[in-house]
Amino acid sequence: MDALAAPVSAVHAKRRMPLLLAALVLIGAAAAPLYLHQTPLNLLGQFLALGILAVGLDLIWGYAGILSLGQGVFFGIGGYLMAMYLKMQGLQPGQLPNFMTWSGVTSLPLIWHPFESFPLTLILVLTVPALLAYLFAALVFRSRIRGVYFAIITQALAVAVSTLFVNQQQFTGGSSGLTGFKTILGYSFYARATQTAFYEVTVAVLAAVFALAWYLTRSHFGVLLRAVRDGENRLRFLGYNPTVYKAFVFGLAGLCAGLAGALYVPQNGIIAPGMLGMVPSIEMVIWVAVGGRGTIIGALVGTLVVSYAKYYLSSAYPDFWLFLIGTLFIVVVLFFPRGLMGLAELAGRAVRRATS
Amino acid sequence: MIRAGESVLEVSDLVVEFDGFRALDRLSFVLYADVLTVVIGPNGAGKTTFLDVITGRTRAGSGSVRFLGRDTTDLSDYRIARLGMARKFQAPSVFPDLTVRDNLRVAATPAKGLWTALRGRLAPRTRETIEHSLDITGLGPLASSPALVLSHGQRQWLEIGMALAMQPRLLLLDEPVAGMTPDEVERTAELLQEIARRRSVLVVEHDMGFVRRIAQRVCVFHQGRQLVEGSFERVSGDRRVREVYLGVETP
Repeated sequence: MDALAAPVSAVHAKRRMPLLLAALVLIGAAAAPLYLHQTPLNLLGQFLALGILAVGLDLIWGYAGILSLGQGVFFGIGGYLMAMYLKMQGLQPGQLPNFMTWSGVTSLPLIWHPFESFPLTLILVLTVPALLAYLFAALVFRSRIRGVYFAIITQALAVAVSTLFVNQQQFTGGSSGLTGFKTILGYSFYARATQTAFYEVTVAVLAAVFALAWYLTRSHFGVLLRAVRDGENRLRFLGYNPTVYKAFVFGLAGLCAGLAGALYVPQNGIIAPGMLGMVPSIEMVIWVAVGGRGTIIGALVGTLVVSYAKYYLSSAYPDFWLFLIGTLFIVVVLFFPRGLMGLAELAGRAVRRATS
Repeated sequence: MIRAGESVLEVSDLVVEFDGFRALDRLSFVLYADVLTVVIGPNGAGKTTFLDVITGRTRAGSGSVRFLGRDTTDLSDYRIARLGMARKFQAPSVFPDLTVRDNLRVAATPAKGLWTALRGRLAPRTRETIEHSLDITGLGPLASSPALVLSHGQRQWLEIGMALAMQPRLLLLDEPVAGMTPDEVERTAELLQEIARRRSVLVVEHDMGFVRRIAQRVCVFHQGRQLVEGSFERVSGDRRVREVYLGVETP
């Protein structure tokens, strides 16, 4: 009886460890304004926002086996929605955002009207990226397109959408994007208190998304996601329609990406089409691969590690960065398929063996 | 409720063509409730294609399929499964990364929709079904292991267990004893006979010893049609059957 009970409790212990770790990290992150200066705090806030996206990406890729090379699209849409609101702040009645005046636009375009209202912007941030992701996935998966073909379509989507944003200069600010934010809800945009508020909201949203992902992956839904990855056809003959599950989880990942974009922009101060194209979308996949997919917390760890590495290395060796991240990706995929989380587990086991 | 002797599945004039090859050639077939029926036939006789069509995996060019009195010819695979048709595939196909218990759980959960999955609570009856399936397949000690560590025979059983956990009205098994040891074959035969007492079972099989052991009714397929049907003795004594199929083994 004891022999049977032992592995079960070991499994539970293994599951609680990352949760404890995540709770500690989140508490530490929430307290960061107490010990970090504005610049590093701001940087951490941006990376934590990206972590929200990575958690969503891990849900679709790590659990359901859906590789998306187009998460930048939903991130970008969330980011633009927030940026449009920020551009409308502090304008006199009848005054247009500066880039419109430069493009010769004389009255506010219809799609910009909702962004005069903060609640409406919030609703759009929460719904538009998620719905677009859901509809896109439902459409593609219904045609039984999957695997690498799906990945290629998402890649094409990223190229198409970033091109669209460049071309529609009078609505989107073109290739230079939207920037030059001054106030939000009447507060000065770059004030320490305002930026700290952005940061804390990011930590709170990350915690909520993390908890949701944690719950989902441990529910019956999570079992079904892994079943989709393992044998989608088998699942059909058990009476499930995998398309429903795949489209739903893709929509959820779209929601995470959109939230990430909306939280990233106020801390970064700019959104431009270059941030939602092909290359950034691939980088997002690398975060999850490096951290270790199918673990949720690995997605977050990978995002932080790679983003900090990029921040320091790409300013020191700008030409070298792309080669470096490419090599890193190949090494991780070939030699550490379970990423940093897998390495940590191996190390933990070695320590336990050495001490027992 | 379907009573013994009533038809569970009626197939008429099914035609399936692949690039000009007629896999099924105006096949008609009736499956009666509570009669353990085995379909045999040489390679290319259309046995697996037949299973593919009735489970909705392959669309028929013409003809119709009725399951439990309902026309299922154009129904999608997962809807047919929900009506109560379970299939065990030729190559054992379980979810390798899921534990044995989770494999059974996916099969046993009666509601297949998204919202039930999100609420994620297991009904006590589902829990019972899972435990029962672990019992009859003898996989209890391996319940928490991922399915990928199972032996070939154990995987076959897990898949049978999953099909059973769906509580189907009709259970289809494509070569259930392929690659099993004689001991495992014997246990499988006992298991199938036990199952066939409570639900309709259709088996596609090559192993003649096994067919003789379990079949209450044998149907011989040849070139996409049903050639003969009846008891094992009657079928194995049939001249045409000996020519096309058994002739090779019993001259």
